[in-house]
This record gives sequence, structure tokens and C-alpha cells, in this order.
Amino acid sequence: MPDFTSMILSRLALGVLTLVAVSAVVFFSMDLLPGDVAQQMLGQAGTPEAVANIRHDLGLDRPIGQRYVAWMSGILHGDFGRSLASGRPIAEIATGRLLNTLFLASFAAVVSIPLSVGLGIVAAFYRRRPADTAINLFTLFAISLPEFLIAYLLIYLFTVKARWAPSLAVVGADTPLPERLHKTVLPVMTLTLAVAAHMTRLTRAAIVNVLASPYIEMARIKGLHPWRVIVRHALPNALGPIVSVVVLNLAYLIVGVVVVEVVFTYPGLGQLMVDSVSKRDVPVVQASCLIFAATYITLNLVADLMSILCDPRS
Amino acid sequence: MARTLGLFKTAPPSARFGAAVVVAYGVVAVLAPILAPYGETQVVGVEFAAWSAQHWLGTDDLGRDVLSRLLYGARNTIGIAIITTVLAAVVGGTLGLVAGTLRGWVDQVLGRLVDVLMAVPSLILTLLLLAILGTSTFSMIAIIAMIEATRIFRLARALAYAIGAVDFVTAARVRGEGLVWIIFREVLPNAGAPLIAEFGLRFCFVFLFIATLSFLGLGIQPPAADWGSMVRDNATLISYGQMSPLIPAAAIALLTLAVNLIVDWLVHQASGLRE
Repeated sequence: MPDFTSMILSRLALGVLTLVAVSAVVFFSMDLLPGDVAQQMLGQAGTPEAVANIRHDLGLDRPIGQRYVAWMSGILHGDFGRSLASGRPIAEIATGRLLNTLFLASFAAVVSIPLSVGLGIVAAFYRRRPADTAINLFTLFAISLPEFLIAYLLIYLFTVKARWAPSLAVVGADTPLPERLHKTVLPVMTLTLAVAAHMTRLTRAAIVNVLASPYIEMARIKGLHPWRVIVRHALPNALGPIVSVVVLNLAYLIVGVVVVEVVFTYPGLGQLMVDSVSKRDVPVVQASCLIFAATYITLNLVADLMSILCDPRS
Repeated sequence: MARTLGLFKTAPPSARFGAAVVVAYGVVAVLAPILAPYGETQVVGVEFAAWSAQHWLGTDDLGRDVLSRLLYGARNTIGIAIITTVLAAVVGGTLGLVAGTLRGWVDQVLGRLVDVLMAVPSLILTLLLLAILGTSTFSMIAIIAMIEATRIFRLARALAYAIGAVDFVTAARVRGEGLVWIIFREVLPNAGAPLIAEFGLRFCFVFLFIATLSFLGLGIQPPAADWGSMVRDNATLISYGQMSPLIPAAAIALLTLAVNLIVDWLVHQASGLRE
């Protein structure tokens, strides 16, 4: 038992360490890479005095270590600094958008997880038979499609032809839930198609892997019903890998929203980040990058912890 | 080479189909200037013209011939993806083989660095670096090659580490062979198959990734024709019930599918499974 606790504690410590290291990369990359932000903001017109002024406003004239500590402690207090483009506090711009992104990602997760785990079990049950081949080909096909192609195909089918769902997912903070759900149907379908393929394939692989063990052979020889063999005997032992695949795909969802948000002009954090990259609004990009990375690292950590918890031997 | 060709005779239809598609794309990419009826950036008519005998796939938002841009796009999109993947494979592969063979502190330092870079999702890291460096085709290639190099590093390092523990490598070490000899004559010949499969997978990933960035307007910069930005520029047509903006996207999907089919078969072949 102490082994178990120390395993979890060391994994948690590693997660925190990774977060700190990533925050350092996000912060210091601005200084390590060529190009001066202040110079770039002003372009050709920048006189040395104006550049120096901006550098002072951004705090670029202070020692780098000091700036990192100030930046991090600000973030821990919920202060992400100010946007270069609009001058507004980043926390104010990003909060609503982060909530929108989380809404979209959770909606997609609620649809895609049961769907893909179910399909994976079906494929494992009918392995090397037509149903399995069909699922296999369909998932391979879905993996090969760029997300924006899936998105536009869905817009073509459901907006232009069927006039069934809107192609623009513009929502505000006060949009009522039913309208919000209706507007995000197509983005959610896109995300589902993008992540469900991976989850289905890996669920199938995890179960098929377990099916090769002797105790499954035994269960079969005892004459148990094939479904019972899969659900009661194989599934519990395949649960560890499946749970970690599911959580890892949630992490993927958080990133996958970027493209989907741009296609459907959904006001989420991903769209904010892409817009800010074109405007070279580095503080906003850094803040969004840190939020995305933190979510991703946390979910990876959860995946590891869940697979430890799913293994009764530990 | 002859062995590879011989292997293809036994390949399943899916891998043969994949190989045929890859060859066709290669031919189009190389012969684009001959095949294309108009120039890459030549304005030849009105904007958004419908399909006709002069312009088989119509014209785009600036009045350029879509078919010509599609053919030139093969050149740019695939060419840049290959350059990026090769760069990533050379850097990541070399460092990985060195780290796995040398072990010790070199391995530790490179390994931890890669861990940190891999902890950030690649699209997010790319966006951050593009914001700092500015969007240009050149910085995109450098950034993606660096990120992909971390993935190849992991595999190459693991392979070199495993192979380095085998007796014939120890024998070479004891004989006094240098690092370069051990890597190229002892380790690399035994790590070939998985590294080639990884190269194929990485190519697919890079290719889709570049297309996505170009679609977001942050990848290959205009006026160069490329499939991702072609979708972006003409996407408005879709709401009028026109499918032609999706042709470049379909071209992307078909190539990815083809390479995936080949890699699937290669992996299957290398794993020795006969299921």
C-alpha cells in the first residue's frame, strides 16, 4: 500500500514539475528566439525612444528571471497581463472564451466516448468479420480526413442541403442552452468524428489483446456466451488501457477545438489564439498556450492515475 | 530496392492501392508545370467562374485557374511536407541514435528536453512559436521539423538503447570502434524497418499539420498555391452549394489514406504477424 501512495505522489510531483518546465518554455521562448516584440509592434516607424518606451511598458528592460517570477505569480493570482492589441486584461478576454471551449469539448466528449467505446467492443466481438472490417475501414477513413474537410462536408450536408443545422456557431454568454446546443451540433459532430476513430481503434486493440490470454480461452471452453466472455471477463482487464485512451483523447479534444472553432467562428479560446498569432499579440498567445498546455498536462496526469487505479494489482 | 519491389508483389490490395496513389501524386507534383494549363499565380478570368471547357474546375476568389493551382499545390504541399519530415528525421534520428548509444548524461539531458517539448500539444506549441517568429513558410518548416524531431528522437533512442544492449554491439565497443561506426554499421541496419514505418507516419502527420496551418492562414504563405489555403480562400462557395472548394481537401485526405495503408502493411510485415 505505501508503494501505491508513493507511485501516485511521484506521478503528481512529475506533473507539477512538467507544468513549471512548460511555463518556463512558454515564457523564455520569447527571449531566446530572434526578433524584438517592441520593434516588431512599431515596425519601420519605431524611433529608438518609442521602442524603449514600449519595452519599458512591457517590462522588457527588467532582468529576465525577475520578469518570469512576476509573470508566474501574476498568473497564480489570476492576472495574465494585458493584450498588446487591445490593451484589455487577458484574464477578462479569455475567461468567457475558455468557458465556451470547455462547453464545446465536454459536449463532444459526452457524445463521442460512449459511441467509440461501444463501437470498439462491437468490433472486438465481431473481429475479422464484416462488421469489424466496416468499422476498421470507416475509422481509418475518418483519421485520414483533415478536420476542416469533415467540418465543411458536414456544413454541405446539413446546412446547405438539409437546412437542418446552422453553419455558424456564434454564441454569447447569454445564449440559452437549447439554442447553444443547436448551434454547436455541427462542431460537435466534427470533433466526434475526429476523436472517435482513434478511441474506437484503440478500444478494439485493448480488448483483442486481452482475448489472447489463456483465461479467456478457459472461459470460452467452459461454454460461456461470447458476449459474457467479452463484457465480464475481457473488458475489466482491458479497462486500464481504455480509460487512459479515453482521457488522452479528451486531451486531444482540447487541441482539436482550435480548427473547429475557426471553421464555425465559435468564440472559443482556440479562435482567440489563432487570431492573436496573426496579430502577433504575444502575451495573449502565451496565456492561451499556457492554459491549453496546463489542461493537456492535467488530463495526461489523470490518464496515468486512472490506469494505476484501474489495475487492482497496485 | 529490388527487394522492396519484390515485396510489393505479395502486398495486399490496400497497400498496392496506396502505392499507386503515392506514385500518381509524385508524377503530378514533378510534372505540374507541364500538366497545368495556366500558371500558378496567373489571373485568367473573373472570380469564382463555374466549371467550363477553359477552366475545368472553375476559377478561385482572385480569378486564378483552380485546376492549375491544384496541380502546383501538389508540388508545394507535398514538397514542403517532405522537406520538413526529412529534416525532422535527420535531426531527431541522429540525436536519438546518439543518445541511445552513448547513454549517460547526453541521454538524460536530451531526454528531459524532449519530455518538456512533448508535454505541450504540437499545434499549440507551433502557434506560440509562430507568434514569436512571425508567420512565414521558412519558420513553419523549422518549427514543425523541431517538433516532429522530438517524436522521432523518442523512437530512435528506444531502438538504439535496445540494440545497444545486444552482444554484437558490445563486441564492437570492445573492439574499439568509434561512435559513428557503431551507429551506422551496428545499430542503424537493425533499426531500419521501424524507422521507415515511423517516417511514413510522421510524413502523414506533417502533411496534415501543414495543411491545417495553411488553412488557418498561418502556414504556406500566398501567392504560392497549396491545398490548405485553397480550401480557406474558396470556402464561401460551400454555402452556395458548390463542392469544388473541397477538392483540395479531398486530395489531402486521399494521400494521407494512401500513406497510412502502406504504413499499416509495412508495420504488419515488420511485426511478423500472420493473423
